[in-house]
Amino acid sequence: SFSREAQLFVEKFEGALGKGKGKKFYAYKVMMTKKWMKFQRDFENFKTACIPWEMKIKEIESHFGSSVASYFIFLRWMYGINMILFGLTFGLVMVPEALMGKPYGSLPRKTVPRAEEASAMNFATLWDFSGFAQYSVLFYGYYNNQRTIGWLRFRMPLSYFLVGVGTIGYSFMIVIRTMARNANEEGGGDDTSFNFSWKMFTSWDYLSGNPETADNKFASITTSFKEAIVEEQESRKEENIHLTRFLRVLANFLALCTLAGSGYLIFFVVRRSQKFALEGLENYGWWERNEVNMVMSLLGMFCPTLFDVISSLENYHPRIALRWQLGRIFALFLGNLYTFIIALMDEINLKASYLPPFIIFNMHMGQEEDFQPLEEEKIVKYNMTIWEASLYNGTIPENSTAPPIQVDPADVPRGPCWETMVGQEFVRLTVSDTMTTYITILIGDFLRAVFVRFFNYCWCWDLEYGFPSYSEFDISGNVLGLIFNQGMIWMGSFYAPCLPAINVFRLHTSMYLQCWAVMCCNVPQERVFKASRSNNFYMAMLLFILFLSTLPAVYTIVSIPPSFDCGPFSGKTRMFEVISETLEHDFPSWFGKVFGYASNPGLILPFILLMVLSIYYLNATSKSYKEANLELKKKLQSVRNREL
Amino acid sequence: VYRLHGRYHEMAPNVVPMDYTKDPDVKLPMQLIINMPELKENPFRERIVESFSEDGEGSLSFNDFVDMFSVLSEMAPRELKAIYAFKIYDFNTDNFICKSDLEKTLNKLTREELTAEEITLVCEKVIEEADMDGDGKLGFADFENMISKAPDFLRYCFKKKM
Repeated sequence: SFSREAQLFVEKFEGALGKGKGKKFYAYKVMMTKKWMKFQRDFENFKTACIPWEMKIKEIESHFGSSVASYFIFLRWMYGINMILFGLTFGLVMVPEALMGKPYGSLPRKTVPRAEEASAMNFATLWDFSGFAQYSVLFYGYYNNQRTIGWLRFRMPLSYFLVGVGTIGYSFMIVIRTMARNANEEGGGDDTSFNFSWKMFTSWDYLSGNPETADNKFASITTSFKEAIVEEQESRKEENIHLTRFLRVLANFLALCTLAGSGYLIFFVVRRSQKFALEGLENYGWWERNEVNMVMSLLGMFCPTLFDVISSLENYHPRIALRWQLGRIFALFLGNLYTFIIALMDEINLKASYLPPFIIFNMHMGQEEDFQPLEEEKIVKYNMTIWEASLYNGTIPENSTAPPIQVDPADVPRGPCWETMVGQEFVRLTVSDTMTTYITILIGDFLRAVFVRFFNYCWCWDLEYGFPSYSEFDISGNVLGLIFNQGMIWMGSFYAPCLPAINVFRLHTSMYLQCWAVMCCNVPQERVFKASRSNNFYMAMLLFILFLSTLPAVYTIVSIPPSFDCGPFSGKTRMFEVISETLEHDFPSWFGKVFGYASNPGLILPFILLMVLSIYYLNATSKSYKEANLELKKKLQSVRNREL
Repeated sequence: VYRLHGRYHEMAPNVVPMDYTKDPDVKLPMQLIINMPELKENPFRERIVESFSEDGEGSLSFNDFVDMFSVLSEMAPRELKAIYAFKIYDFNTDNFICKSDLEKTLNKLTREELTAEEITLVCEKVIEEADMDGDGKLGFADFENMISKAPDFLRYCFKKKM
């Protein structure tokens, strides 16, 4: 029998052990090989265990499918990026200023003004990020414009500027690098000639003896089969081309109508609210005061559902339907945002107290008007000179070479600091966004699940199958929320160095909360589909948002004069002058000359042209490589078939 | 081998002798073996034990026991593993993996979570993909051809730490 042959085989091996001189060395070699293999396996296990949250994500993947898991993988990746941004801003901006800069209370800009002192420590003020929180390293306004600080001669303004530019540059680089890497993997293609057979015969891991892992394994095998079945069903679907095309055109038309309708609604509401503001907000109730906020949030809640209904007309593969859904919601948010800004543009002079984050866009868009803070600054400067004169009034004669009078920094009149205001708005927005998300999860998912589970016994219809039933995990909403949130961070981190820190904390807690909520309150979708192997779709959206978010910051660096009374760039006419100042003082003179020659437009334009040409060339070569690759694959396939 | 003997012995200490020099004829029943911790979670444990037992009933003598763990180990050659894999998945032991074998395999793998039409779809696809000689079931040649191309086979199937 076969076991006889096996026994002979084993005996032959044992014979080798018993033979002659090589015996001890051979045994030693075998033992070392075994130990090495064991070590390798343990190291692989260790490496996998080091990846944060890997077990959680695998568990979610086995129960809910790879598309839901792809959201969590994306979240984890964002967490990594935010950690690096946090490291940069914390280590190079906040810590040096805290350790080596002048302490709190030594300068007017670093002190809470006398008028606000009474309420500066209240929790309400701190939660609003005013009071002591505002006059700290958390915001732009605290930083002094001294060129070097401390015994290290740390160049604070330069560091601030470079960190700001560096975070943007790093983000671009890493997004594009990830896209390129994903594109490579995608090109590999999957040779799925024995897809179902392999799933059936080779997916069980005979090595596992742990019941929990076994549980997960069963779930993941089932999910994987379901995904493959969906793919198969989609490929088998017979389509009535004309009907499908007509339905798709109709669906797109409906979606466009919805977008246009929501844009018009926002425009109308903003105009109305300006009318209210003109007449004085005290005359109106809570709804009128918060109308714009409420309308935008309601639109954000209901339109995606509407898009979902419309997409059922289209009969796409679930993965493609998800992409259309994401694209439409994206267009909705962007459209709402820009309609809002355009409606506001006409009334820039009116103090728009309800949504100042978009002041940034005002500066970006409203170039015809005089920039508001400049006016305010002139007034304040005038007031300050009068105030200083009044200090000297009774004590010194005409000679102005007198020792400066000691005034408590809290009493000095302060100039406006629009950068800190903007930073505060972003921080408030992030915090309120976080709160909203968490509360939505708790109420929308958890309470609903509790309700369905416990009230099902005493309710007329079956709550679990009918309305409301358990909720599914909303991939598109969550992904977009994450992306827009990151856009806010990128926009605001130049003005509020504390933003990456807040975001790291938020993402960390978000991961745990959402993992728990998914496993506890959600059910898998009806048709589980396999996420595309690359996440390039999410990356493309992220890149777009990154580009949009950095525009305002770059614009302000280049065109707007910084506040004269706060921040590391106070006193300069433009923020980027810190670079030329550094070149003058810290580098040898020939370096400055070289730089001057290099920034000559005559050199820069040909350089740009060269880069464009090289992009075109590389694109062409990569296309030809892809084609060659496909040809080779086809050849390989036909050779294999011939072998049979 | 001593360790294996130790495991074999501790499963039924009063039956298994410590001394094997006289080559006694001792067999352990299937129930004891499938409760071993290494096999307990495995959905195919009964089939594994049946395919290694000489009498086909599932009782393993010590020789069979050693055979089983040696095939499951990393050291066994691939052809050997393929042969035993085929035996395991062949539920009705007719030397062909037919549609009902596939259905049983699938049910064991997914713990009966799939609907009947999903099961039929998967089984049809498997036969469509792997059946080369067109007889509607998988012979050993078809099975080996399909398995040898699988990237995961060597990694996931039949690895055992002793």
